[in-house]
Amino acid sequence: MDLATFLVQCLNAVQYGLLLFLVASGLTLIFGIMGVINLAHGSFYMLGAYLAFALAPLFGDWFVTRLAVGVLLAFAFGYLLEWVFFSFLYERDHLQQVLMTYALILVFEESRSLLVGNDVHGVAAPSWLAGGFELGGLMQYPWYRVFSSVACIVVALALYAVVNRTRLGMMIRAGASNRDMVRGLGVDIRLLYRIVFAGGVALAALAGMIAAPLSSVYPGMGGSVLIICFVVVVIGGIGSITGALVASLLVGFVDTFGKVFFAEWSGVGVYLLMAVVLVWRPEGLMKRGI
Amino acid sequence: MRLIPTCLSAATALLVAGTSFGVAAQSTSGPVKVGLMLPYTGTFAALGNAIENGFKLYVQEQGGKLGGREIEYVKLDDESQPPKATENVNKLIKRDNVDVLVGTVHSGVALAMAKAAKDNDTLLIIPNAGADAITGPMCAPNIVRSSFSNWQPGYAMGVVAGKKGVKKAMTITWNYAAGAESVKGFAEALEKSGGKVTKELNLPFPNVEFQALLTEIAAQKPDAVYAFFAGGGAVKFVKDYAAAGLNKTIPLYGPGFLTDGTLQAQGEAAQGMLTTLHYADNLDTPKNNAFRKAYAIAYKSNADVYAVQGYDAAQLLGAGLKAVNGDLKKRDQLTKAMHSVTIDSPRGKFKLSAAGNPVQDIFLREAKGENNEFVSIAVKALADPARGCKL
Repeated sequence: MDLATFLVQCLNAVQYGLLLFLVASGLTLIFGIMGVINLAHGSFYMLGAYLAFALAPLFGDWFVTRLAVGVLLAFAFGYLLEWVFFSFLYERDHLQQVLMTYALILVFEESRSLLVGNDVHGVAAPSWLAGGFELGGLMQYPWYRVFSSVACIVVALALYAVVNRTRLGMMIRAGASNRDMVRGLGVDIRLLYRIVFAGGVALAALAGMIAAPLSSVYPGMGGSVLIICFVVVVIGGIGSITGALVASLLVGFVDTFGKVFFAEWSGVGVYLLMAVVLVWRPEGLMKRGI
Repeated sequence: MRLIPTCLSAATALLVAGTSFGVAAQSTSGPVKVGLMLPYTGTFAALGNAIENGFKLYVQEQGGKLGGREIEYVKLDDESQPPKATENVNKLIKRDNVDVLVGTVHSGVALAMAKAAKDNDTLLIIPNAGADAITGPMCAPNIVRSSFSNWQPGYAMGVVAGKKGVKKAMTITWNYAAGAESVKGFAEALEKSGGKVTKELNLPFPNVEFQALLTEIAAQKPDAVYAFFAGGGAVKFVKDYAAAGLNKTIPLYGPGFLTDGTLQAQGEAAQGMLTTLHYADNLDTPKNNAFRKAYAIAYKSNADVYAVQGYDAAQLLGAGLKAVNGDLKKRDQLTKAMHSVTIDSPRGKFKLSAAGNPVQDIFLREAKGENNEFVSIAVKALADPARGCKL
């Protein structure tokens, strides 16, 4: 492998890792702060992708507006879902959480089948992001992939700022370490959780919307994303945003170079990485708490 | 300890009773029970429905009877789940006492069905699943297929690529049986014309992160790439390939599944792509035109290759039943008739090989708009080599 190819592969790894981070950050927020194992997280990713498909004809090239509307809809949906279902789960044990969120997966998949059908659909990238640029005389690199990476970095920075620099972020961090104490200080913890949950759903949906033009939308697309996201969350340390970012990039590199060098075993690489990290640091790379 | 022998003998008695009942069901009068074991939910639901529609269309055209017998359907959703396959197929055979099994789409499920059909000597017609083994090492007189073997379209594309002067090709597919078999067929034909597959790329099913492998292709610069993907994976691969600009310098070939039912989603990226399959959307033959018209009237949707395979499954059963006047006990005559009849399919006329797989023309097609249009016959009357079959 020459240097140009190597650099392109590094770019591929970073780009894949950043997209993974966007989905996994929502999962680690919900899992780490609220203690809910949310198997339906992949469905929120699918929801985002189908939202992108449904909203595309309405907004045309107003791509950023489309993303904003989709995020708002997903946030509202998450808010409602927490109120109706998840708010009853905090005191229950993990088995019941797994059962209910698994049931939600089935409900979402069936609703998708009824509403949109089982066909594969393409979502066009906006015309101002069409095309690509030459890369090392090897291949074209689509502008849209660059955009998706930049968008992921922006979201990562925004997330960091909100959690570490705002009053809301402070309450979230406090709620994660001691729920009862925060309530004792007069913070409406139920509302706080509702916002965190809705935010997690919105993040997953945003990832789905950004990924839609790259991956197209199809039945069962949430399932594979869910598994790799749990791997990221476990490697990074449950509840840690920084950990999720580091783990996503690690997974991106292992997956990309595993495919190139060990084609037959590429499916194993990521899980081997998880096993090694768990033996070395059972808590994940970063400790709990953001 | 006496309990165990008692239980055993009771069970045996039940089994014997069940078997004799089974024989009684296979009489010469009353309806023929057809067990439709197809995917009615999940990714392949649309395919399962098309197969059932095609099957029922032929039966309706014959006045609801095949070989003078009414047809009764028992439907079962196989969910494309291999772990549940054996239990499901045994439900149809042992509980519902079906006379004929028809199914399915997923190769893993079909392999379990073939095993059960062999063990119970039940007639099985496979309307899609292309696993080579079914008409290879597992072949049996009572198992026939109305679709294709994975080897067939792959081999035909290898012939086409060879004629186009491809010397150095790369292949890419998911790391599973169907992909491996398809790639093998392609490599076999390419080698016959002096070409070679220099590298086989694969990734775990159903992973769709292709970028690393596309970079690998760009770095190696082969004359052509042969890809086997289906559904969402096919859409994403074809789009990523075009977005990387590779389609301008390295032609992308594949079996028909790469562009079948996915052209709307693939859009511009798939236009002009060449694929091989035993059916093309615009075959202008009287039989195909009549079939597509009848299908559109009956189901208010366009027929596809899966509907054709369902239709031909019913034709095969019809030919068998006709030869014995609906007498299912004359099994040998029935299966012999299925193997010797010439089926007038919408895809063109074909016969079954001794192993039970269609000997059929494989077409070269080009993606234009939302249709895979006929270009030429890639290989005439291509027979699967049926390796490992002793029939």
